[in-house]
Amino acid sequence: MSEAQTSRTGEIVVRNVSKAYGYGPFAAPVVEDCSFTVESNKFTVMIGPSGAGKSTLIRLIAGFEKPTRGEIFASGKPVTGPGKDRLVVFQETALFPWMTTAKNVLYGPQARGEANAATKILADFLLDKVGLRAFRSRYPAQLSGGMQRRAELARALINNPDVMILDEPFRGLDAMTKKLMLDYFAKLCEDEKRTNFFVTTDIDEAIFLADRLIVMSHRPTKVRAVIEVDLPRPRDYAALFRDDRANAIKLEALSLLHEEAMKAFAGGSKAAADFIEAYKRRSVTA
Amino acid sequence: MADIAGTVSSESQTRPPRTLRWRNPFLALGTQRALISVTVALIIWELGSTSGTWLGHALPVLGVVPSPVSVARAWAQLIRDPGYWQSWYWSTLRVLLGFTAAMLVGIPFGLLLAINKTFRGIAFPVFELLRPIPPLAWVPASIIFWPTQELSIDFVIFLGAFYTIVLNVVGGARAIDIRLIQAARSMGASRVNIFRRIILPGVLPSICTGMEVGIGITWEVVIAAEMISGGGSGGATSSGGGLGFFIWNSYIGGSYPDIIVGMFSIGIAGYLSSAAVRLIETRITPWRRLR
Repeated sequence: MSEAQTSRTGEIVVRNVSKAYGYGPFAAPVVEDCSFTVESNKFTVMIGPSGAGKSTLIRLIAGFEKPTRGEIFASGKPVTGPGKDRLVVFQETALFPWMTTAKNVLYGPQARGEANAATKILADFLLDKVGLRAFRSRYPAQLSGGMQRRAELARALINNPDVMILDEPFRGLDAMTKKLMLDYFAKLCEDEKRTNFFVTTDIDEAIFLADRLIVMSHRPTKVRAVIEVDLPRPRDYAALFRDDRANAIKLEALSLLHEEAMKAFAGGSKAAADFIEAYKRRSVTA
Repeated sequence: MADIAGTVSSESQTRPPRTLRWRNPFLALGTQRALISVTVALIIWELGSTSGTWLGHALPVLGVVPSPVSVARAWAQLIRDPGYWQSWYWSTLRVLLGFTAAMLVGIPFGLLLAINKTFRGIAFPVFELLRPIPPLAWVPASIIFWPTQELSIDFVIFLGAFYTIVLNVVGGARAIDIRLIQAARSMGASRVNIFRRIILPGVLPSICTGMEVGIGITWEVVIAAEMISGGGSGGATSSGGGLGFFIWNSYIGGSYPDIIVGMFSIGIAGYLSSAAVRLIETRITPWRRLR
């Protein structure tokens, strides 16, 4: 507790957290005795096989669900429910379909009754920054996948959260858009220091973004390893493929992930089979 | 001359604004086909209903139906008859009353069912037990327990639309993506705000679907209710019977072309109401037009 109390803004401490669904003998553990820290002002990436329980962990940190055992602290305070200090950008879009881009971005301040001239200016600034000013009065259905992701980033950023939680935000985008979004997002993060907690299954994406890499095990998920990604910034996505240090980190993470994916594969998970397939392709290029 | 041709060709490459291009709707392939189909149907009907004279003996079914010419003649006379328009007025009034009541009660009821577990536990079983009873089965009971016959007809119409609207609202509210509500909650929105700005617009499309199906049912119900109850408050003596009673009365009085006129009138009324509902739908859910 004392350690949590002295922690800084945006820091998230997950301590001995377990989560199971169902009761008694039918309980299915999804997260088991998980402990890690998302350090303040750092970019932490969590990587693990598909279906491991990463999204469950995110729901626990966001406060949508309560852990079966263990504690979670955000900026030193125990998490009891959702809060604007920890904003989640979800897998696929969660923009409000009936609001225009500008209204989506302004939703947070308006819902809290804080909307004023300054927030309007901030919204315009953020829309500019994510390149959507011209699309401010369009509905989400009129935006492309990449635009929707950027609109969602702006909608989260306007609330100035202590920590941004991103749950596979670039999943489902085509390769070109994804690369552009990664470059854009990395630049955005370098511009203003903020605590980021990013979840992915993509090792290249993870190494490109991360200061620290948390490798998760297969379900029930727990921390398998923590790897410091001490690569200089700004990083170049393409150059990382030729960087020895980056490749060393990648191999270390992949060998761990491979073991976990094999366990999942043994469990007959289709997701894990896909992952192994993807892994094989990557190790050839690396 | 050369540069004029140049500007013309460059202009033709960019698409001209839609509003400036007027296409004759009668030349459209779909319109042509529709005209042909209606004309052919009318000719078959005319030939069939006059088969008694040119074939020697009447064809089954078609042979005993009044011919389109006689229906048109009857209609031409009826549009000058205030009683015919009174029938329109009464049926429309009943549909509007019953339908509006169904929305006013059904939408809040459905929303309550969707968002309050306790209320759902208490109210839903009764709702589900009553729902399979067809609205028309309520007519006799309704006449007994409502003070006027007019109210009993309105009540039956109300029931017809009520179940559909409630079920659509409940279904729509429960189909709202949980992540939208989670996103709103984590941004600090109050329960009232989430209800007003997330749940309400989220169920709007389903409310519209319920309205579209519901208005169709109300027209079905109003006709039958008017026939069974003998025309509501006006009864057979005045013109308060509505279109359903108009048809029934024409049948009793033996003016068969009027029956067909009544049937078509209901068809037109139902079509117009559905069109009105769809117009409202595109107005209140602008984000769905763009898909």
